[in-house]
Amino acid sequence: MSDLQLFKGNEAVGEAAVRAGCRHFFGYPITPQNELPEYMSWRLPEVGGVFLQAESEVAAINMVYGAGGAGAKAMTSSSSPGISLKQEGISFLAGAEIPGVIVNMVRGGPGLGGIQPAQSDYFQATRGGGHGDYRTVVLGPASLQELVDMTYEAFQIADRYRNPVMVVGDGVMGQMMEPVVFPDMAEVTDPPDWATTGKRGRDNFNLINSLYLDPEELWEHNRKLNDKYRQMTEKEVRWETRATDDADFAFVAYGTTARIVQKAVEQMREDGHAVGLVRPQTLWPFPQEPFDELSDRVDGFRTVEMSLGQMVEDVRLAVQGRVPVQFYGTTGGVMPDYRDIISAMEEMMRKVGGRR
Amino acid sequence: MHQEVLMAGFGGQGIMLMGQMLAYAGMKEDKYVSWMPSYGPEQRGGTANCGVVLSDEPVGSPVVTEPTLCVVMNRPSLMKFRDAVQKDGYLFINSSLVDDSVQRDDIEVFSISVTDEADAMGNTRVANMIMLGAVSTVTGVVPFERLKAVLSEVLPPARHSLIPINEQALELGRELVQD
Amino acid sequence: MKAVYEKPKSLTDVVTHYCPGCTHGVAHRLVAEVIDDLKLEDRAVGIASVGCSVFAYDYFEVDFQQAAHGRAPAVATGIKRVHPDSVVFTYQGDGDLASIGAAEIVHAAMRGENITVVFINNAIYGMTGGQMAPTTLVGQKASTSPAGRDPDHSGSPIRVCEMLSTLPGVAYLARVSCHDARGIMSAKRSIGKAFQTQLDGEGFALVEILSNCPTNWGMSPVESLEWVKEHMVRYYPLGEFCTPGEGE
Repeated sequence: MSDLQLFKGNEAVGEAAVRAGCRHFFGYPITPQNELPEYMSWRLPEVGGVFLQAESEVAAINMVYGAGGAGAKAMTSSSSPGISLKQEGISFLAGAEIPGVIVNMVRGGPGLGGIQPAQSDYFQATRGGGHGDYRTVVLGPASLQELVDMTYEAFQIADRYRNPVMVVGDGVMGQMMEPVVFPDMAEVTDPPDWATTGKRGRDNFNLINSLYLDPEELWEHNRKLNDKYRQMTEKEVRWETRATDDADFAFVAYGTTARIVQKAVEQMREDGHAVGLVRPQTLWPFPQEPFDELSDRVDGFRTVEMSLGQMVEDVRLAVQGRVPVQFYGTTGGVMPDYRDIISAMEEMMRKVGGRR
Repeated sequence: MHQEVLMAGFGGQGIMLMGQMLAYAGMKEDKYVSWMPSYGPEQRGGTANCGVVLSDEPVGSPVVTEPTLCVVMNRPSLMKFRDAVQKDGYLFINSSLVDDSVQRDDIEVFSISVTDEADAMGNTRVANMIMLGAVSTVTGVVPFERLKAVLSEVLPPARHSLIPINEQALELGRELVQD
Repeated sequence: MKAVYEKPKSLTDVVTHYCPGCTHGVAHRLVAEVIDDLKLEDRAVGIASVGCSVFAYDYFEVDFQQAAHGRAPAVATGIKRVHPDSVVFTYQGDGDLASIGAAEIVHAAMRGENITVVFINNAIYGMTGGQMAPTTLVGQKASTSPAGRDPDHSGSPIRVCEMLSTLPGVAYLARVSCHDARGIMSAKRSIGKAFQTQLDGEGFALVEILSNCPTNWGMSPVESLEWVKEHMVRYYPLGEFCTPGEGE
């Protein structure tokens, strides 16, 4: 395949965004995502776009708010502490129904935490993070090709629902290189008719706003938003299963961790254990279907994360107590070792035993 | 085919480039590949390392902790990784900067004084390419000619004037292990 | 009959929520007159901030975005960078601009962002009920400085124009006052210049309008205008601090 290019994850995100029609990027330096703003700083001017280094993550997300409200495909990126700062803006994007893409290359926390890969922002990403009843579609790629494809799609999903979309990677995703194929360059589209372009002959003026002081109006607004979230739940949910057809036990993992778990699955299969893997590709909406399907067939789930147990709560909600759900995790920078993952599963198999 | 390669040394020794050459060449050989650097404060002059996985199967973890093929360009890296090399694996040591011996008989050890050889060539910075030429020749992890061919794609255009000396270095590395 | 006085076209036919005697209405009208005079209604995009002027989007007949507290200059930056031919202005109060949004205003000015800022300084948080603002005068009572602002405890009030005037990216800076007819005329001229600066692509422009807050100051409208004249103008001198072409 001659289209294959060896790309660093952070830079691959940048190129995928450009291919998707993104021409406006607002960012602020933080490790381990710096190669993305750096890439955009020379790449966007090449295609007639604008890169701007903001004074803070707060300003950057509000520039996305302005640009997105003006009808542009706009983007910002950061890593955990910076994403905390962006939460105000993300809530406003959701409330004012502005599309935008936010990339989080997650590092360890809390506080400054560390700069090594982690998955401990799952709650923040999937529970809203900011204030108010809102949701963002959260995409969790596990390879650089998927990172490219999901970044590209993130812009489409954001436009489809007029809602912010998050792409959640981690330090490994940002820093590693893998061969990728980029989608073709999308055409840059005209601003939608709701955008604040200036009236330009329109009779009415356009308003981007999230303020509804009348409680009835606010309720109506929230109902409308909620309808969108329901549609997202129905149409945007994605997952992948591996070796689950005859599995007695299944792992659940996403992102980089899922790659390591995959190695554990292969090793355990070689050793004669019937184990599989459920890999959520959207962290919100969280896939219910594979758990409905598997809860009747497997004897238990073992969730593996680079956190002290966040996605496992969604797994438990999805499994609804039908079979045991156990957790194994490590924190920022300590990559789970596939042998420890195997041991954890073997321990669960011993303790839970087979039902059949 | 499945190789997990770990390359380690001081910042400035061209460790990352060595790894990228390997990954790029592997990609051109239709292998599944990944390259993963250590990052953070260590890139400011401390020890740096990168892991490269080359495989016929999709790459699981890109983080290499137990290499099948390990290159150490300085002493701290040897201390850190000599016991991590998998049984029947390879360990390449830059003996110009490392005078310790390795007490393992379950792996193949090659000691090559690549920094001295590079100095003799007049450019200490090509020690990495001398090592890479040797690694390719001994292990066949990627074909030697492929490595030479990808130099122009991995080096940024501004550094293409350095391609000839890098080619010479790769060839010197090959000669050193063919003797 | 010949009309000698009309509502500007760029103002909507909506009764404002402002308190009786408040000069926000005057400032709105001046901005709308300038939009009309310069024929900007098809190109203008306003950004409403948080505070009393949060509903500015209801009162102007142009495209608007409502911004999070203090972030209007960042939002304006996003809009202007997407549509450089739009005429983008923010309308911000002192709490929004000089306190929570201090970083955003300073950096928009530093970048020479080609936007126009209308800054209402009435030395108090109006919408939330009269708390101390960064511009509250020394000794001035507020609901969070009941004994009057104590500089040893809360520092002295910030002079935004003087502070921003050190930045090379700033093209136009003026401080005006709405306490009398002459001041209002002068305010309109400055607002006009601030929009013209943007049209000419000169860079960042800001007009600080000294305003009153009869409700939270606990005064009649007339008393409050008198207070602006007697106290605010003394601490916040009027005039132009920066005009296009001077500086760098």
